Amino acid sequence: MSDTYDVLIIGAGPGGYVTAIRAAQLGFKTAVVDREHLGGICLNWGCIPTKALLRSAEIYHYFQHAGDYGLTAEKVGFDTAAIVKRSRGVSGRLNGGVGMLLKKNKVDVIWGEAAVDSAAQGNQPGQVTVTETKRAEAPKGAKGAGTYKAKHIIVATGARPRAIPGIEPDKNLIWTYYEAMVPETMPKSLLVMGSGAIGIEFASFYRTMGAEVTVVELLPQILPVEDAEIAGLARKRFEKQGIKILTGAKVTKVEKGADSVTATIEGGDGKTQQITAEKLISAVGVVGNIENIGLEKLGVKIDRGIVVTDGLGRTNVPGLYAIGDVAGPPMLAHKAEHEGVICIETIKGLHTHPMDKAKIPGCTYCQPQIASVGLTEAKAKEQGFAVKVGRFPFAGNGKAIALGEPDGLIKTVFDAKTGQLLGAHMVGAEVTELIQGYVVAMNLESTEEELMHTVFPHPTLSEMMHESVLDAYGKVIHT
Amino acid sequence: MPINVLMPALSPTMEKGNLAKWLKKEGDAVKSGDVLAEIETDKATMEVEAIDEGVLAKILVPEGTADVPVNDLIAIIAAEGEDVSEAAAGGAPKAASNGAAKPGAKPDAKPEPKADASAANQNTTPGGGHMGYERVNAAPEGAQPGGAPQASTGGRVFASPLARRIAKQEGVDLGAVQGSGPHGRIIARDVQAAKASGATQAPAAPQAAEAPKAATPAPKAAAAGGAPAGLTTDQVKGFYAKDAYEEVPLDGMRKTIAKRLTEAMQVAPHFYLTVDCELDALMKLRETLNGSAAKDKDGKPAFKLSVNDFVIKAMGLALTRVPAANAVWAEDRILRFKHAEVGVAVAIDGGLFTPVIRRADEKTLSTISNEMKDFAARARAKKLKPEEYQGGVTSVSNLGMFGIKHFTAVINPPQSSILAVGAGEKRVVVKDGAPAVVQVMTCTLSCDHRVLDGALGAELVSAFKGLIENPMGMLV
Repeated sequence: MSDTYDVLIIGAGPGGYVTAIRAAQLGFKTAVVDREHLGGICLNWGCIPTKALLRSAEIYHYFQHAGDYGLTAEKVGFDTAAIVKRSRGVSGRLNGGVGMLLKKNKVDVIWGEAAVDSAAQGNQPGQVTVTETKRAEAPKGAKGAGTYKAKHIIVATGARPRAIPGIEPDKNLIWTYYEAMVPETMPKSLLVMGSGAIGIEFASFYRTMGAEVTVVELLPQILPVEDAEIAGLARKRFEKQGIKILTGAKVTKVEKGADSVTATIEGGDGKTQQITAEKLISAVGVVGNIENIGLEKLGVKIDRGIVVTDGLGRTNVPGLYAIGDVAGPPMLAHKAEHEGVICIETIKGLHTHPMDKAKIPGCTYCQPQIASVGLTEAKAKEQGFAVKVGRFPFAGNGKAIALGEPDGLIKTVFDAKTGQLLGAHMVGAEVTELIQGYVVAMNLESTEEELMHTVFPHPTLSEMMHESVLDAYGKVIHT
Repeated sequence: MPINVLMPALSPTMEKGNLAKWLKKEGDAVKSGDVLAEIETDKATMEVEAIDEGVLAKILVPEGTADVPVNDLIAIIAAEGEDVSEAAAGGAPKAASNGAAKPGAKPDAKPEPKADASAANQNTTPGGGHMGYERVNAAPEGAQPGGAPQASTGGRVFASPLARRIAKQEGVDLGAVQGSGPHGRIIARDVQAAKASGATQAPAAPQAAEAPKAATPAPKAAAAGGAPAGLTTDQVKGFYAKDAYEEVPLDGMRKTIAKRLTEAMQVAPHFYLTVDCELDALMKLRETLNGSAAKDKDGKPAFKLSVNDFVIKAMGLALTRVPAANAVWAEDRILRFKHAEVGVAVAIDGGLFTPVIRRADEKTLSTISNEMKDFAARARAKKLKPEEYQGGVTSVSNLGMFGIKHFTAVINPPQSSILAVGAGEKRVVVKDGAPAVVQVMTCTLSCDHRVLDGALGAELVSAFKGLIENPMGMLV
């Protein structure tokens, strides 16, 4: 069987399915191929189900501190299976939603493993062969294995957990986010390797649920992409909660016991120590899924595991495009979605620009939350900017005090010369919902003037965003 | 040069006011920003601020004087190094190029937004408006962003705040920047790209400062620091009763004409050469040639030459005979051409086009004539292609059909001259010592002094006159 599409997308993750819907809106006959789940890792094994878990942890935490708010909560406990069931239910509901959206937009779903045989040449469309998959059952109405033709083929195959030789995940004692998301019982002790967003979120979740948690980070700072000051404040809070943090440290060896692992950890000072824990979560980053989809054969240019594109999704092979994690960092769902839209609009011939990666926000949903956009203070200085830095602490904000969340900081970094907002960095309650205010400002190319002239509602946490800007220019009111 | 302090207008409609109080006495040193006096109207009291440094040499209107007309001389300031008594005695000559000295001083002036309205009157009066008022064209430093120079456009420029600030800091003229943001909004990268290409530098102060050295300085251009914003809509409307006018929105052609020709008068130093050309021989030749035109089967002649066709051809030939004049100014060099490109102004409803006859030196009169008929028809239908009206070294503007005897025209950039052609009319002239009646056409060439000096312009005009008066030369 053979169908010819205008656009065929490999991968139905957030990048792929959003691109497919946009393609359909633009009038393209569109298909999207997936082998496992609509919505990808994000919706099924990443962003969304972890938020569900963390919400359970958050409410559990509030119950434990009910007295702080004049409430009584006795016999507070949890049911691990129910927490996991809720999390899976959230994913399941959204997964069904993606299927509906695709159907509504008349996007064909093709189920199986896809490999590109050829890209379009002249009037000849490219070809993709889809073979059966045993990973998951096809959703209703999906097309099956076969060869499909398409004028434009977009690779949106996402990424998978990186494995460190000798510490390969085994689904039992050494977990990746897959296993960590569906624990049968709460482990009493946990070793987390890697302190990026994934590692820290699981550390925060399991610590709140009562586990003894140790985080090992190779670099000198946890949350290495975040501003050092913000990461430092977060670290203090984590340590206060009882999370043990080892930075500049490396797991050199892992020995598996019957129901525990013992890790040998080498510190920056050369000293080694051994830590035994029930489980080890390997959260040392993700790698793009670039193998077995025909890229090598077509001569697609790849650099250090990343498909090289022109910023508008085009690879060196005409008719073949790549977006999302496979096209390089930051490997974030919202980056993939945006990149996909730019790619398909470019194909349509609309006026597009490469995404400005300096304006992609990042959020980590630990307690306290971390959110940031743009350059850290250190990066800004490294790039030669003379900076003006503003800071405002949660302790100076009425709403934060009323919420019982007096710990946190909002930091802003401006170019002293032009007043351009170079970066914003936050730690504290609900900051993941605040950051987009600064993202909008950055995209509108606001200077400090417009931010200062903006009226922020009272009483809200957002007032701190205003005060941080004022602080950068010596006009802060509430400190 | 002593500086005249004039009675300021506090609003566009103010005609006179009371000089309430002098805050400086004769002999006091004043510096930019000092308050000199207080002026009262029935509505408000305003301060008169000094923009320049110097010594208050003489107070001409004592305090407490009522109903001082706007723009009356109220005091004289001796500039630095000037003799105070001499300044006091003489005062600054009226209509001296006071303005030319302004650009340097203006950026130092402190912002005083309230002075905006008063600027209107001041700027309209040549040589007036020295104290505290012209600054309105300069954006208040450090206030709202958006004060970037916008010399090239009259309308609102859509640009991000950051783009505006960078443009201001880097001296990029936002009006000349192509926006790449949503709906053509100018964003930071556009300004950076424009800066890198160096193509859109806002006319800077040094240019303005050079203006007085040119043969024919344009005081207004210099006064406004190379970025004359003119009066604002509200200021202009303030001069008239509300029901006295109707408002006509600007179309693209009107905007272009306003922009290009304002620029031409400010940038290109014009001088004018007028000559009378006798037409009798040309009229006779024209009759002969038109009579000899082959006719098609409907009896329509293959061509019908007009006087203007001869003028175009004569300009084309004259340019090639005076090669140094067949050139245009290109900022750091002069572009000299082999063939003559002659634009011809075609009036149309609501404006004009200037289609260009290429190789006017080589083309026959009949070719030029037929080309012009086609151009004129398509210009009126607004169907000309840009490449048909761009370029050119000179232009011909003929108002003879309206009975205009003599006028001067504004050079159409980037051209270096324009010929204003009057009506051919019978005049009595002295020939061989006796009065004679001949047909005469007065022509005036506006020349860009950067390219053409007086003698060179005269050579071109004289070549043109020679061809018009001996038109057989255009046939061979």
